[in-house]
Amino acid sequence: MNNFLFGIYPYIAISVMIIGSIARYERDPFTWKSSSSQLLRRKQLILGSVLFHVGVLVIFFGHLIGLLTPISLFHFLGVSNEFKQTLAVIAGGIAGVMALTGGGILFHRRWTDPRIRKTSSFADIAILALLLAQLVLGVGTIFISVQHLDGGEMVKFMAWAQGILTFQSGAADQVAEVALIFKLHLVLGLTIFLVFPFTRLVHMLSVPLRYLTRPGYQVVRSRRQTALPKRGNTIAPATKKAVRTRPVKPTTKPAE
Amino acid sequence: MSHLLDRLNFLQSKELEQFSDGHGQVTRENRDWEDTYRNRWRHDKIVRSTHGVNCTGSCSWKIYVKSGIVTWETQQTDYPRTRPDLPNHEPRGCARGASYSWYLYSANRVKNPLIRGRLLKAWRKMRKTMTPIEAWTSLQQDPILRASYVEIRGKGGFVRASWDESTEIIAAANAYTAKTYGPDRVFGFSPIPAMSMVSYAAGSRYLSLLGGVCMSFYDWYCDLPPASPQTWGEQTDVPESADWYNAGFLLLWGSNVPQTRTPDAHFYTEARYRGAKSAVICPDYSEAAKFGDIWLAPKQGTDSALAMAMGHVILREFHLDRQAEYFEDYCRKYSDMPMLVRLDEKDGKLVPGRFLRADEFSDDLGESNNPDWKVTAINSNTGDIVAPNGSVGFRWGEGGGWNLEERAGDDATSLQMTLIDEADRDEVVAVDFPYFGGQATEHFVKCEHPDVLTKNVPVKTLQLPEGEVRVATVFDLFCANYGLDRGLGGDWVTSDYDEDIPYSPAWAEKITGVKRDAIITVAREFALNAEKTKGKSMVILGAGLNHWYHMDMNYRGIINMLVMCGCIGQSGGGWSHYVGQEKLRPQTGWQPLAFALDWSKPPRHMNATSAWYAHTDQWRYETLRADEILSPTAPEGDWDASMIDFNIRAERMGWLPSAPQLKTNPFEVAKAAKAAGQDIPAYVAGQLKSGDLEMSCEDPDAPENWPRNLFIWRSNLLGSSGKGHEYFLKHLLGTDHGVLGRDLGEEGGTMPKEAKWHKDAPRGKLDLLVTIDFRMSTTCVYSDIVLPTASWYEKNDLNTSDMHPFIHPLQAAVDPAYESKSDWEIFKSIAKKFQEVAPEILGKETDIVALPILHDTPAEIAQDQVRDWKKGECDLIPGKTAPNFIEVERDYTALYDRFVALGPLLEKAGNGGKGIAWDTKHEVQLLRELNGTWDEGAAEGCAKIDTDIDATEVILMLAPETNGEVAVKAWNALSEITGREHAHLALSKADEKIRFRDIAAQPRKIISSPTWSGIESEEVCYNAGYTNVHELIPWRTLTGRQQLYQDHLWMRAFGEGFCVYRPPVDLKTITRDVNTDARDGNPHLVLNFITPHQKWGIHSTYSDNLLMLTLNRGGPVVWLSEIDAAKAGIVDNDWVEAYNVNGALTARAVVSQRMKEGTIFMYHAQEKIVNTPGSEKTGLRGGIHNSVTRTTLKPTHMIGGYAQLSYGFNYYGTVGSNRDEFVIVRKMRKVDWLDQPADTQETAE
Repeated sequence: MNNFLFGIYPYIAISVMIIGSIARYERDPFTWKSSSSQLLRRKQLILGSVLFHVGVLVIFFGHLIGLLTPISLFHFLGVSNEFKQTLAVIAGGIAGVMALTGGGILFHRRWTDPRIRKTSSFADIAILALLLAQLVLGVGTIFISVQHLDGGEMVKFMAWAQGILTFQSGAADQVAEVALIFKLHLVLGLTIFLVFPFTRLVHMLSVPLRYLTRPGYQVVRSRRQTALPKRGNTIAPATKKAVRTRPVKPTTKPAE
Repeated sequence: MSHLLDRLNFLQSKELEQFSDGHGQVTRENRDWEDTYRNRWRHDKIVRSTHGVNCTGSCSWKIYVKSGIVTWETQQTDYPRTRPDLPNHEPRGCARGASYSWYLYSANRVKNPLIRGRLLKAWRKMRKTMTPIEAWTSLQQDPILRASYVEIRGKGGFVRASWDESTEIIAAANAYTAKTYGPDRVFGFSPIPAMSMVSYAAGSRYLSLLGGVCMSFYDWYCDLPPASPQTWGEQTDVPESADWYNAGFLLLWGSNVPQTRTPDAHFYTEARYRGAKSAVICPDYSEAAKFGDIWLAPKQGTDSALAMAMGHVILREFHLDRQAEYFEDYCRKYSDMPMLVRLDEKDGKLVPGRFLRADEFSDDLGESNNPDWKVTAINSNTGDIVAPNGSVGFRWGEGGGWNLEERAGDDATSLQMTLIDEADRDEVVAVDFPYFGGQATEHFVKCEHPDVLTKNVPVKTLQLPEGEVRVATVFDLFCANYGLDRGLGGDWVTSDYDEDIPYSPAWAEKITGVKRDAIITVAREFALNAEKTKGKSMVILGAGLNHWYHMDMNYRGIINMLVMCGCIGQSGGGWSHYVGQEKLRPQTGWQPLAFALDWSKPPRHMNATSAWYAHTDQWRYETLRADEILSPTAPEGDWDASMIDFNIRAERMGWLPSAPQLKTNPFEVAKAAKAAGQDIPAYVAGQLKSGDLEMSCEDPDAPENWPRNLFIWRSNLLGSSGKGHEYFLKHLLGTDHGVLGRDLGEEGGTMPKEAKWHKDAPRGKLDLLVTIDFRMSTTCVYSDIVLPTASWYEKNDLNTSDMHPFIHPLQAAVDPAYESKSDWEIFKSIAKKFQEVAPEILGKETDIVALPILHDTPAEIAQDQVRDWKKGECDLIPGKTAPNFIEVERDYTALYDRFVALGPLLEKAGNGGKGIAWDTKHEVQLLRELNGTWDEGAAEGCAKIDTDIDATEVILMLAPETNGEVAVKAWNALSEITGREHAHLALSKADEKIRFRDIAAQPRKIISSPTWSGIESEEVCYNAGYTNVHELIPWRTLTGRQQLYQDHLWMRAFGEGFCVYRPPVDLKTITRDVNTDARDGNPHLVLNFITPHQKWGIHSTYSDNLLMLTLNRGGPVVWLSEIDAAKAGIVDNDWVEAYNVNGALTARAVVSQRMKEGTIFMYHAQEKIVNTPGSEKTGLRGGIHNSVTRTTLKPTHMIGGYAQLSYGFNYYGTVGSNRDEFVIVRKMRKVDWLDQPADTQETAE
């Protein structure tokens, strides 16, 4: 059983997540969205959503870095297991409470607002419930973790996660002895991977990061694959002149 | 290829270049996603069609088809351009039309033929051993079996059937009925042919070949304004909406243009931008009100008081104190104002009598032809009395004198309007005028004055063979009627607007609640604009005014204003009544097809109001008595009768049609006549006189006189237009009903004199009710057989409107879905089955058709005096003092063969309409060549009318409006009567022939035709009366002019010789018995029940459309004022019940500031099949808006045989008014949806 849940189930969950996501992206591109309900009701959304997303992002990257960075790298950098554990408990604890609060607000909104409720699919409600449960479990582990501030437990999870990703056969044994709450947290986490492609979580994969670096206000999506040759001299000076005579940025706000 | 792989291009920069100093970026991203949006607007085909049946809009629509499915529709924008300085017609369309495609694949679509389970079970059992006719016969002769399906109408139980089986039952029922009772016991009801002419014609052609009855709709809908034929001899000829733009003053009176004329409303907006002034008159704050420079909100039902007061002002300021030259000239030439009226003595007092006719002079004024139908006036050139050209006497029996030239015979004339000058008059006498304003019910303001007002009028005294006769001009009487002081002394006239004399502004302020200053201002500006622009003041009228019992008064009051100001027949002016009729522009091409006039004449036409009144037994509950509406100045006569009695007299005298006609089967009567060796009219006349033969109208409840089979197609009679809905259910259908009152027998009321009373009223008169529809309407639910028809995007047809001059196609964008067929194919299949089944009992038969005296035929000058042959006042002369009885040969063995072929009678008898006729051999030959001919059978050598497109070609080829060659012929035919040249109006189009494929390519403007009184040209918009004024073609009235004085005996008897104010009548539908809330002291309201057109249905789509339901409240609603609602503890969205003796309905309340206190609106035709709970009063599901109404007839609408007051199908006749109705409204205590599982017995069935 332990081997199935922590040795085989991870592969099932991750496979479904990857193949399912690709299939959905190919077959139903128009369902690939966050399904925001902001148009239906703004109330509760901003506070809940910001808290939830900031918390979850911190937790997500914390887990990612914490679990997958080889332990030797930490040691090389002089990060002790104790320090790492303490950091994880404090940072994760704060982020977890933020996410839990935000998620709670969002869930309340989704459940009680008649318009949101009516337009919610089963998956919309279920995934939020799953995430909340996972957050409760995650925050719950803190109470165990503070009893082992030496980071021994943590090292087991790192070994397990890295073992799974590197296809080592005995990875499941690494977590055979950990507290039940950790096991539940792991299984539920894998389950979230499993249902990932069937929910709105896929919007994670399409974060428009380019917006952060995109230079212009106006985007022309060209069918050309190469840039136009530079315009001839007869036109260029005029263009430059025109540009020069106009301030690049208005120094004062235009009158409205 | 792969969305994912396409995105995996991280190594390649997406940026090609930047521009605008880095504010813009050119990228090379994958753009395949855009195709999705492009494909959304790519279609396999886009087909032009429009919306049939119930919308005036006649808008051209693009129907989009993708993968064989209609996806949606949008407005076409390719109308032919208008001329410079006139806005184009587009955009045309509205939200209702845009939602129509929902129906095609909705759950509400009728997908297969459906038959009531019990009926089908019995039929199949019989058919095992019997022929179809035998099977139907034994079904009908077994009362238990018949009752088994009749009594459960409307309670579900449909099963799927085949087309073959359905048509067989229908054919057998029709044949049995024709053989047993007569073919005129087969009725068909379908409205508004203009909107899908071929679909209408399919059913009416079948019925006409059978000898069945085609029922009118316009009068039944109460959209028919009787004032129009009364005044103009024409029914609802109106300006196109583009002509609003030419108006200088637009008076919107009860019309809610943006809501109910949405596609045309832009012309109103544009006219406002152009600078036209507008006043809006409407009791509620309607959507139109915001367009007005001024909004007048009169008490509902008092419009005629308002109009009379405005007329009072106009006459005072523009005709009396100062004579506006244009007005004076117009009225003299184009109205009856100069005509002489006799003053009759009654009890020593004078009352206005008949027009003085030429035959009353010893020399007939030199007129030998019809001197009794030529009215007279004084020629001011000579001072002589003359019979000026143009009156109806000139129209028939002589050629060339029927025109509006200022002549009388060879003499040039200038008619004298008034005898006010002392030189002109012989004396001033006191004349009595009736006054009704003091009789209103408690809900309306009474303005108490004596019921007879005696006023002074200048007269001439003539020495005629009969003795001394006093005559006055219409104008002088007209002014006296309006209460205008002209310095002649006497009472009941005034020159002070602030004096409370009937028809003064101060008087009207009391009645209508509109401030006198507003009345004076609007009237003055309306007239001033007309004077300055020569008639460009227009009134746009809504049906609201026409749905009151005394609708003629509302309308005539307004028409008077228009005529006084010379607005009729002038571009930008006139009377714009846009309700329900939807002008069938190629009418004369359509009629032969629709009524099988290519095979036999005449068809059986019936005025539906009188028919439903009789056959749904609403007459048995009639509480309005003649003495309540009779004029105190009525001449001596037998006026003490009930409404049905007046109707029977009218049918007997040949005024109104009958259905059924004779109590004995006409086949039997014809055989008996043959056996007696007499010709048919003489035989029938003899039998009627002796009493051996009875007319059906005298005993509507006798089983021989029941309508036995009824076809309803393109109509929702039982969910929408059926006034007295619960009476339909009770008596005609024989199923559960919500009638809460009792009939006259049970109540002990005054019984009719002439209608035979059966103690127990029949229940379930119909043997078979067949409805043809594409959606499961309320009517379908109550039917025995429901046939699935093609929707408006699945058939080919024609469509025209009075709102614009174009002719549109309906086209099959896709084939009819499921098992549905077009109406043309459905009636073809019924005809085919009939031809197979009927020969068992029917072969070639001689039928007798009773034909009333028709308008626009030489017979219309039949009865200058009212004489009833049954009372011995005259002899029975068919076609003169009674209906004509015409022999018609029918061949039931060739009914289908005739249906699909253009018969030989057109070539023999020619074609025509509205009193003119032309030869049409060339067109028939062209149709042979176009459509092909039948090689064998009963129609050998005849042109085919096989498909619906063939049928459209018949219409287009025969009609002057769509065939220039015919138009020229028609104008020339008219020239022979008028003696004037008219063909120039169509000569430029002589070569033009509009064909179906032409209008499929683009809407086409029709060609000017004498069927209508407006013209199509590059100079003016279509405007009614235009050719009367500009071509001097007389109006088709007694006087040949716009007739403001109605001199018929019954008109005078009921006080409507001149327009008067008449308050709404008392229908007595809120009795002490029925008002249990008053008895128990519960909060309730008594409100005036008004049923206007809604925003979420009817015009172009129905109210069960999910999209429209979503935009409103998803079910039936009524509108209440905030004040009323508070009184009864009703808040917005509460379920309320409205009831009276007629029945009950349930709906949600919309509480709105817009509403006037004292009224309740229920937008009409909200289906009771959608979201309607049970009524606490009746225990039955809801009810429709007509559950609380009942029809009441008005005797003046029955008049016939008298020039323009002669019957015409959808032209004149009784109308189904319903606005005088009051209901009790209360909040519902318990909302019961009547949803419970069927019990075991029901399930077993």
